[in-house]
Amino acid sequence: MTTTTQPGIRPANATGKITYTPVDGRLLDVEDLHVEFHTDDGIAKAINGVSFTLDQGESLAILGESGSGKSVTAQAIMGILDMPPAKIPHGAVKYCGVDLLTMPDDRRRWVRGAEIAMIFQDALSSLNPVFPVGWQIAEMFRQHRGMNKSDAQAQAVRLMERVAIPAAKERVKAYPHQFSGGMRQRIMIAMAIALDPAVLIADEPTTALDVTVQAQIMSLLQELQQERQMGLILITHDLGVVADVADRSVVMYAGRLVETANVYDLYRNPAHPYTRGLLESIPRLDQKGQTLAAIGGLPPNLLRIPPGCAFNPRCRMAKDVCRVDLPALREVASGRHSACHFAEEVIDA
Amino acid sequence: MTESATVVQAVEATNAAGDVGEARSLGADAWRALRKKPLFWVSLVLITIFVLMAIWPSLFTNTDPDNAVLRQARERPNANAWFGRDIQGYDIYSRVVYGARASILVGVLTTTFTVLLGGAIGTLAAYAGGWVDALVSRVTDIFFAIPLLLGAILFMAATQPRGKPYFVIILLVVTAISILGWPSLARLMRSSVMQVLPNDYVQAARALGASPWRIIRKHIIPNAMGPLIVVSTINLGAYIAAEATLSFLGIGLQPPVISWGVSISDAIVGLRTTPHMLAFPSLFLSLTVLAFIMLGDAIRDAFDPKTR
Amino acid sequence: MPEIILPKASEIGRSTTSEVILSAKDLVKHYPIKTGILRRTTGHVKAVDGVSFDLHKGETLGIVGESGCGKSTLGRLLVRLEAPTDGSVEFEGADMAKASGRELRALRRNIQIVFQDPYTSLNPRMTVGDIVGEPLDIHPDVTPKGGRRKRVQELLDLVGLNPEHINRYPHQFSGGQRQRIGIARGIALDPKVLICDEPVSALDVSVQAQVVNLMEKLQDELGLAYVFIAHDLSVVRHISDRVGVMYLGKLAELGEEDEVYDRPTHPYTQALLSAVPVPDPTLRGKREHIVLQGDVPSPANPPAGCRFHTRCWKAQERCRTDVPELILRPDGRGEHFSACHYAEPRAVVDTVDVTDVEPDERFADTDVRDPATIAAVEGQPGMDGPVQDAEGLVEETPEQRAADMSSLTMHDEGHPGKVEDPRP
Repeated sequence: MTTTTQPGIRPANATGKITYTPVDGRLLDVEDLHVEFHTDDGIAKAINGVSFTLDQGESLAILGESGSGKSVTAQAIMGILDMPPAKIPHGAVKYCGVDLLTMPDDRRRWVRGAEIAMIFQDALSSLNPVFPVGWQIAEMFRQHRGMNKSDAQAQAVRLMERVAIPAAKERVKAYPHQFSGGMRQRIMIAMAIALDPAVLIADEPTTALDVTVQAQIMSLLQELQQERQMGLILITHDLGVVADVADRSVVMYAGRLVETANVYDLYRNPAHPYTRGLLESIPRLDQKGQTLAAIGGLPPNLLRIPPGCAFNPRCRMAKDVCRVDLPALREVASGRHSACHFAEEVIDA
Repeated sequence: MTESATVVQAVEATNAAGDVGEARSLGADAWRALRKKPLFWVSLVLITIFVLMAIWPSLFTNTDPDNAVLRQARERPNANAWFGRDIQGYDIYSRVVYGARASILVGVLTTTFTVLLGGAIGTLAAYAGGWVDALVSRVTDIFFAIPLLLGAILFMAATQPRGKPYFVIILLVVTAISILGWPSLARLMRSSVMQVLPNDYVQAARALGASPWRIIRKHIIPNAMGPLIVVSTINLGAYIAAEATLSFLGIGLQPPVISWGVSISDAIVGLRTTPHMLAFPSLFLSLTVLAFIMLGDAIRDAFDPKTR
Repeated sequence: MPEIILPKASEIGRSTTSEVILSAKDLVKHYPIKTGILRRTTGHVKAVDGVSFDLHKGETLGIVGESGCGKSTLGRLLVRLEAPTDGSVEFEGADMAKASGRELRALRRNIQIVFQDPYTSLNPRMTVGDIVGEPLDIHPDVTPKGGRRKRVQELLDLVGLNPEHINRYPHQFSGGQRQRIGIARGIALDPKVLICDEPVSALDVSVQAQVVNLMEKLQDELGLAYVFIAHDLSVVRHISDRVGVMYLGKLAELGEEDEVYDRPTHPYTQALLSAVPVPDPTLRGKREHIVLQGDVPSPANPPAGCRFHTRCWKAQERCRTDVPELILRPDGRGEHFSACHYAEPRAVVDTVDVTDVEPDERFADTDVRDPATIAAVEGQPGMDGPVQDAEGLVEETPEQRAADMSSLTMHDEGHPGKVEDPRP
């Protein structure tokens, strides 16, 4: 892939550059997104109608266990799903009002990276082991901004300093394996923010890191987000991290949103039995003598999602209606939504 | 880690447990995948035919392969002799059927020996480590430096098979190829065992106080055998080809023993004038080799979910 | 915490009345670093470098630390999967290093291990019955002949799995169920000590609680003592009676659970505790975050003096030369073991005592049964089989690797940082 052969990647200074401006601060608008995986054994419904929005300067957490569809959602937004086996039969992902899913490939590539960037869990496998990290960062500027080598290199050093890599000038020539896990994640972040994206998606950015390093990386992400007024989508299973960082949170279960709320409401007074169960099941550092209560069972098989509410076989509140009717995500209090027939009871509990 | 991969994998896992309560081993799952492959069935049918030929040639022909009708030598294929007759007036069809025995015997015996020897030495090297491993590695290096055919030619030349009984000659050929064939399997087994060793179930067995023999037998070999089975199936075809080559060169099986290699060698004289003499034994040889290679491929695909 | 039959060590005073069952004395494990063709030893990775502690009957000792601190090596030393370079492990007063083959086998019966990864810890070619029954095959004296199948089913029942599933293979179970199988194997010989090496870190959040509750139940019923090794400080606090904090192969602090969590005196413990996120947004910005400088030094070349001095904000000249001993130091209320010259208590976590608060039974329960297996038998829809587990920790199949690769390739397109070799 080079600038000359890929007409889709237009240098920012070239004429005809497309600019995207958010309307009323709205960056992303995901509407009724569906994703299926076609396998030998049938169609696995990974995402079944997910809608949410992201505004400038907002940090949104997508919370869920493995298989809930949280990472697939991010990949669909990024346009990095493997298709096939994946298929998007329905839905739209609007970035500043423009649907990314119907956008021509070359334009989409330009958006990816320059407008929407992503950080992955495993920094080591996301960086190319055979090139120095500085070169990899500089290449972003050369490709997208048409900078010359030395300018790009200088920019790379500046970025590495920004993400607090000590002795950036000397280490710009080092290779990914010469960095510790935390430092590699910083380099990933530097690459992600290099082109000033408006949206940053972080997929389990600290899961592989030690707790002290995790705290550093999360505070760096928060700092950068506020400084650049980015929209941040944080994908995680860690309730602690969400409580520390996010403004708003959506909870996913079996490819659907079961609850959306600002984090304060979500933790103080969850409106879905799944969210409640999760909160009761995790041990807390600041509590002693606590009784852990587990949610029974397992997340459902995506090939055979139970009829009605997908959570009903594990839900201790489930009634007959839950086994038949799929509860819609509805507003249960101002600014908060729940997909439970008995949401009011759950909130009052 | 992409979740799409997780989803696909989960779907496979759930599929595996679709029937609640039924015990299904990894082998059974591989068999299920294998059953769906036409390549597997084609190779299996071919191999069955050739093995039957090797065991009961009389099932396929009533003609005596040693009955030379000199008057009809070099006859083209006809209703009497389906594949025609060769330079000595032998019936080529019957010679081809009887020739299967030598090829299959050499293939199966060589594979058995190389798997046992290579598998055992490879396992030992990986499990013992240290100087045993170093020694085995150097020895296999030395064997790798000798080309298979050259080494076999030297061995056969040194042991003078001419005039010895059928089975002795077969065994000599088997020995020649086995000596040069085991190191590659030992290498393979060694690396395969080394991948199994760090698994926690091996550690758990050690923590329970299991004997090394038990650990090797119960935990290591069943989990490390896969690649060995695949490669040795493919090798089986290669060994058959090697036997034919030796016989063709006149240092493997010799007339009056009937073998495809010998038939091909005899047919060379009439390459231009009577190509059918060459065509039929070569065709059978190629089909056999191909069948084993196809079988190996199919098994590998079944064990390796990537291609499923 | 559910009632524990044995009184907590904190209630009966420090390790005086309760019987010591396992004792580590100055445990050292150095791995040689070999370089060059001649494989000459050029240095040592000091994975564990002088660790001592006592484990009492029926108690849980948590060991926490970050990756590379040596906690897993310590676990392997305790079950003697590794021979210590120096020091000893004593079980009921008998030195394991001096035990001969036969005695060692007998000792092994009493100390068993549960591993982290439920995918690599079970032999994929053996049935669940054979996996759980293997300890009984190796130690035939434990179960009377013919009782093997019955005992295996008992064990499966005990860990909350369906005893009917004895002939199934591990890949037919989910991660949480596999971990139960691993626990069943661990307790098959009625050990007195169970070493748990990150037993719940590979599990999904909602499944973790099931396994933790199971372990607590087993401790109550069987009187097991646990050494619970984990990096998750919240889980360790929940399950442990006493806690040891490891840094670079040494114990930095050791004490009762509330001594370590409420009154930590070692700066490393304080930093560690301050970094753990608490699932409560109202505490955001109110908790003190101690940010450590730099990375953990290499265990091949640990700093002289106190190992933590390179990252410590309190470090003085003395810390660079004198190794601080792990001795009783005052913590404001009493004293507990700490290895800091300048040990002083600093409350980092505001603990709330919720002993009497019961979780709302309508949303989750404290049962240890695996509802999935029960439901599967009863034929309830949607719960009949293993579903994906903690992503990133599932067994990596070649297929998955391929998927990872392809997603990366696609990612490349938007990330022109990774393009063809620019060199001509």
